[in-house]
Amino acid sequence: MSTALLLEQLLNGLQLGVMLFLMAAGLTLVFGVMGVINLAHGSLYMIGAFACAIVASATGSFWLGLIASLVAAAAAGAIIEVVVIRRLYERDHLDQVLATFALILIFSEGSRWIFGSFPLYLDIPPVLQGAVPLPGGGLYQLYRLAIIGVGIAVASGLYMLISHTRLGMRIRAGESDREMIAALGVDIQALYTIVFALGAALAGLAGALIGALQSVQVGMGEPVLILAFVVVVIGGIGSIKGALVGAILVGLLDTMGRFLLPKTLALILPASQAGMIGGALASMLIYIAMALILAFRPRGLFAA
Amino acid sequence: MKRILATSILSLALATAAYAEPVKIGVITTLSGGGAGLGIDMRDAFTLAIKQSGNKDIELVIEDDAQKPEIAVQLAEKMIQSDKVDLLTGIIWSNLAMAVVPNTVAQDIVYLSPNAGPSALAGANCNANYFNVAYQNDNFHEAMGQYANKDYKKTFILAPNYPAGKDALTGFKRFYKGELAGEVYTQVGQTDYAAEIAQIRDSGADSVFFFLPGGMGISFMKQYAQSGVSTPVMGPGFSFDQDVLGAIGDAALGVKNSATWSKDLDNDANKKFVEAFKTEYKRLPSIYAAQSWDAANLILAALSKASVKDKDAFKTALKSADFKSVRGKFVFNNNNHPIQNVYVREVVKEDGVLTNKIIATAFEDHKDAYADKCKM
Repeated sequence: MSTALLLEQLLNGLQLGVMLFLMAAGLTLVFGVMGVINLAHGSLYMIGAFACAIVASATGSFWLGLIASLVAAAAAGAIIEVVVIRRLYERDHLDQVLATFALILIFSEGSRWIFGSFPLYLDIPPVLQGAVPLPGGGLYQLYRLAIIGVGIAVASGLYMLISHTRLGMRIRAGESDREMIAALGVDIQALYTIVFALGAALAGLAGALIGALQSVQVGMGEPVLILAFVVVVIGGIGSIKGALVGAILVGLLDTMGRFLLPKTLALILPASQAGMIGGALASMLIYIAMALILAFRPRGLFAA
Repeated sequence: MKRILATSILSLALATAAYAEPVKIGVITTLSGGGAGLGIDMRDAFTLAIKQSGNKDIELVIEDDAQKPEIAVQLAEKMIQSDKVDLLTGIIWSNLAMAVVPNTVAQDIVYLSPNAGPSALAGANCNANYFNVAYQNDNFHEAMGQYANKDYKKTFILAPNYPAGKDALTGFKRFYKGELAGEVYTQVGQTDYAAEIAQIRDSGADSVFFFLPGGMGISFMKQYAQSGVSTPVMGPGFSFDQDVLGAIGDAALGVKNSATWSKDLDNDANKKFVEAFKTEYKRLPSIYAAQSWDAANLILAALSKASVKDKDAFKTALKSADFKSVRGKFVFNNNNHPIQNVYVREVVKEDGVLTNKIIATAFEDHKDAYADKCKM
């Protein structure tokens, strides 16, 4: 095993982590501020990817598609908040889960109805095509590096927003005491809508970025949603810092597990068996990690 | 005159007697989620074949399994117990077939597979109620293993960790004589292949063989094309079929893949099928569509020979496979799996649309490796 391979896998883990962070940030904000479990977050990811694919194919510009993904997902998020979620703040979590699960079905079947079941085509913009050399003699896909860059930019932007702006102050206040901030005269409904739309836009951005890398199709959000929930639980519900650390941890653990476990087992087992067992174990790894972390820190790494 | 008329009407009535009784066919297939493209092609071709036959006595019960084994099992139970279907068909994925088929055939219901052909059902556990109209899972991959011997010495192989994935790599290895640069099993439904591509880059392989049907293959190919790895790829037809080529884009051009069917196969049944499918759905059919069209026509042919209620006669009629297959010659082996040619195809562009064309025949009248263990 060469250092180039190891470096490449570390970058892969980081890229997966950064993408999970974009998803988990919105999820954890919405849960922290509003106390709502939003299962439909994966649908917003899908909406972002679809908006990007459609606008990119109509205009020929990925960048316009990217803007469209932000706008479409934020708009969808705001509409969901006003029409559905707003009625659920006072209800218990089971009602929220049921209602947002219904939203998943509505969005999935709705997009299938409009766009069909076949994947849409979305390609990486020409400037980001190809691979760049890594130290140690390897190559790495330029677009993945760009995703890592976007993720770092978003993480720092969110940090600035939450710790240095008035909106961020209100979000923090909303997290610690919802009744009090409303009593102090803050328009809590508008704040909720803004937070929800912000989280939705981040999910839409993740969908568009990943859509170009993978495939844009109905149901693409749900597998990511599950991972994002794992991240939120590991990081501590409501904590942006926890989401960042949890996302990077899950990304690295998943990538390195998929890569190293079969290789390690191959030392004692025949190659094809090692591949099968290692592959199966690797897919369980992040859940095992989650269980362990919860056993020692029941409220996650950075409980709010 | 009156008598002549009466007898001719009577004989007409007798001739269509085999059609007269209602037949209920249960179709369990994947119509939602990442694998939906395959199931929709299956359903569309199957219903079109029934519609074109003009047989009004066939009733279809079509349900979506969402690519989940537990849902498929419930649907099968429901169709057998409350819908009282005479036949079951439709399942695309081998892990779902493994969950549904053994239990279905044990209840003496005939199951016809339009796609999945897990090895576990082809050998010692073969069953007189189970007919595979498509292939045994290993077949396509065996053909590619055979063909790879021509050009390659060190191949990296990759498939999802489920029954068809294991069959795929077993099939490839059965005929491939070169060395393996690596053997990796990925998760079913996985969408990011960065970790696997990194291993391919590092392995020093001279070629990559991968079996990743549906959305999995789209993701893999798009990422592979951007990764800077230039090792040539090949795969079974599933990785490069009509349902995914559009989304993969030009990265697929020139790739060799194996299949028992291609839209340019030169026979009348195939021309009629491709034309009918294109006219009805405004898109090109995939392998899944072709196999389902064959499944429907096999059922129609058997129904014209025997009543579905007379199970033994009906099964004999099915086994005789007296229908015009879009794959040309079609015969069932002792284990009710087809004996058929497997071709090597190349991805080309025709009128701006990516599609496949046959460039070689890997096997003629190919039998699967498990038939000997089947005591039928």
